[in-house]
Amino acid sequence: MQLPDFKNRLALPDRILLSVDKPARYIGGEVNAVYKDPERVNIRFVMCFPDVYEIGMSHLGIQILYEMFNRYEDVWCERVYSPWTDLDRIMREEKIPLFALESQDPVREFDFLGITLQYEMCYTNILQILDLAGIPLLSKDRGDDVPIVIGGGPCSYNPEPIAPFFDLFYVGEGETAYRQLLDLYKENRAAGGDRNSFLRRAAREVPGMYVPSLYEVTYHKDGTIASFLPKEPGVPEKVRKEIVMDLDSAPYPEKPVIAYTKAVQDRVVLEIQRGCIRGCRFCQAGQIYRPVREKRLETLKRTALAMLEGTGQEEISLNSLSSSDYSHLEELVDFLMETCREKKVNISLPSLRIDAFSLDVMGKVQDVKKSSLTFAPEAGSQRLRDVINKGLTEEAILQGAALAFAGGWSRVKLYFMLGLPTETEEDIRGIAELCNKIVALYYETVPKEKRNGPVQIVASTSFFIPKPFTPFQWAPMCTREEFLQKAGLTRHAVHEQLNQKRIKYNWHEADVSVLEGVFARGDRRVAQVILRAYQKGCLYDAWAETFRYDLWLAAFEECQIDIGFYTARERGKEEIFPWDFLDCGVNKAYLWREWERAQRAEVSPNCRQSCQGCGAARFGGGVCFEAKEGAAG
Amino acid sequence: MKVRIKFSKYGALRFIGHLDVMRFFQKALRRAGIDVAYTTGFSPHQIMTFASPLGMGLCSLGEYMDIEVCSWQSSEDMKRRLQAVCPAGIDILSVRALPDPVPNRKVISAMASVAAASYAVVWKEDGRSFDGCQELTQGFLAQEEIGALKETKQGTTKVNIRPGIYELRVEDGALVFLVDASSSGNIKPSLVTEAFLDFAGLSVPKDGLQYIRLEIYTDQGSPDQPRLVPLEEMGVLF
Repeated sequence: MQLPDFKNRLALPDRILLSVDKPARYIGGEVNAVYKDPERVNIRFVMCFPDVYEIGMSHLGIQILYEMFNRYEDVWCERVYSPWTDLDRIMREEKIPLFALESQDPVREFDFLGITLQYEMCYTNILQILDLAGIPLLSKDRGDDVPIVIGGGPCSYNPEPIAPFFDLFYVGEGETAYRQLLDLYKENRAAGGDRNSFLRRAAREVPGMYVPSLYEVTYHKDGTIASFLPKEPGVPEKVRKEIVMDLDSAPYPEKPVIAYTKAVQDRVVLEIQRGCIRGCRFCQAGQIYRPVREKRLETLKRTALAMLEGTGQEEISLNSLSSSDYSHLEELVDFLMETCREKKVNISLPSLRIDAFSLDVMGKVQDVKKSSLTFAPEAGSQRLRDVINKGLTEEAILQGAALAFAGGWSRVKLYFMLGLPTETEEDIRGIAELCNKIVALYYETVPKEKRNGPVQIVASTSFFIPKPFTPFQWAPMCTREEFLQKAGLTRHAVHEQLNQKRIKYNWHEADVSVLEGVFARGDRRVAQVILRAYQKGCLYDAWAETFRYDLWLAAFEECQIDIGFYTARERGKEEIFPWDFLDCGVNKAYLWREWERAQRAEVSPNCRQSCQGCGAARFGGGVCFEAKEGAAG
Repeated sequence: MKVRIKFSKYGALRFIGHLDVMRFFQKALRRAGIDVAYTTGFSPHQIMTFASPLGMGLCSLGEYMDIEVCSWQSSEDMKRRLQAVCPAGIDILSVRALPDPVPNRKVISAMASVAAASYAVVWKEDGRSFDGCQELTQGFLAQEEIGALKETKQGTTKVNIRPGIYELRVEDGALVFLVDASSSGNIKPSLVTEAFLDFAGLSVPKDGLQYIRLEIYTDQGSPDQPRLVPLEEMGVLF
């Protein structure tokens, strides 16, 4: 009798795989995963998203870097994600070291462990990854027998709260400097150099590299930073972000790895551009990814076809910060609609401005009866929308909603923020009033016999968290109590509306927002709190079911770190921020000008209307060098 | 045309669930460029049904999926194209066309036509086998009643699984049996195995045995004279 192969070559025995939720998270072997002979590569790199598999597998950045690294013949790049709490417990009890998915080899044996930092609330998961891998949590305790730990991604634009856990941060877009870094690694190893000599040379020679251990921070009596300087000559005072100026020739995965178990993003993702022209003053992505760089239409058409073929996915989604601003959007969407109709692929179009064009497209690609329409006014009044430089006017919202209602939609989602700078009770009431007006508009525009069931408005508020490299980096953040009071006020205002029965109001947890606020603008001293909280059992803080605010508060108290210092305090013009040593392209003078304009509720035109001199033009490309509207030539 | 595809599942893919296998094939069929028929309506999906879902951790040499295709070349071509897009752990074993339904007769789906399934059970640990148990199989089958706890929606009930065990023997060190797998009388292979271990006075560590589904059968006989044939034989090469 010929029996199939059931020998377990995995890091986890059958007994464990059969006792945990979704064992497919830990077996690797997915379609399009890359396998190489470890004997025939020089560098083993493992890329980590410090959250559960289904979240991590949905992240585009890792797929891009995985593609790039594995195109290098001398490198094998693998993946690892946070084990879920069930497996976490077992691995600790049985002392099973964390392993990479492809080879199932221990992470500890790799040359590099790259961790992507997409949101602040994953910070304890970083410690979990290091801990389970058997890598000392603090960079200073590591020897040559463990991987170089590199951080990257948006949170590395203020890496200070997690600086002691990393050997190196790669600041900016990953496509440009890794080759140089890897060559340096090989060279250093061949010359008999150790970990420290590699890190020192990386900081000096490779652009975009920040080695926290090579910098010294001193503080004033009031706790603010007095100086932030390199400890030795040759190490740059300012680290400038890396950026890809030609996205058309940058590596992009035509065959991304496909999860067996359902990933959050179970579709082909087509990145159409990077950066955003809008300059909303609360938005970090809108600043740090400047300038806007578009991909050519031909590149996108070719990539879309190749990806659909290479994955067999049944849905394609456009990825960008503001798809409506892509110059060839109509042509791209026409092309996709045609291709997708043939191939029976669904199109999903997030981050589109609601107007006649987008409604027409959405009406064609989605089931109007099932889908809802999303607006992000962010603030309830025109005054406050001017403060945050959100170009959306009430007129535009109502116009869009009227068109949508006429087109058969009857469900509208609205996103707002509470706690924005200069916010008053009137602004908050504006949220409820806007919702009410939209309901009234439905009754006005849609005759009774044409109504698709009752109109439904869902208004959601999140709490505003000031982020580094935004004009609001100087702004005080609300306390937990202020947040809750504002949410209460919003709820009350919604209840006062004539059409309140048709409006549903949701608000976010305040506790998590407070912590996110500390980590967003924190300095190196915050790291001890993160370490302490982890030791107390904090993990998966981005998950409501595992978040333990009480443990976090205790950790802050034990470390004698004041939350209010990092959140509620208003910063002065001269203050040195923990992230000032980074150069993300936009300069502080521009951000300060924007902060002052915000306080006067003055809007600023977007990059295509008129240049605001943010500084990103120094990268020599993108929107900064397009012909301006109305300008000659 | 309706097409029946037989495939195996083994290795690390023992740990992907039934819904994951369905999702895998939806994408694999598209990658292979097979002209699958879709349902009509606003969100069309592939016309695809699976026979009996396989439990987590099991291997199989006899999994079945029925699809409908709009155009085709040959069984061989479809098998080759689908195999080319399968990872280690899934092999396409056969591709056959199902006959067009007779007018006025209900079409029987892969799922509904399942009557029985055969399994092999082996020790994962090297050097251990069921070889010594050959003699015991007669006695085991001679029992009139074999009690087992069956999980139902209401809770666990004690049932007699003996009538649903059609064959049981030891072959090449494996415990091999053929049991009822119909929707009304399905018997989980673990129930038979546990009853046999109990009968033989053997104990096995948790997850110490590997279950392998060998084949799924339909009944082409009459109520008095059943005739079990593998699902694949309902189709023909094209």
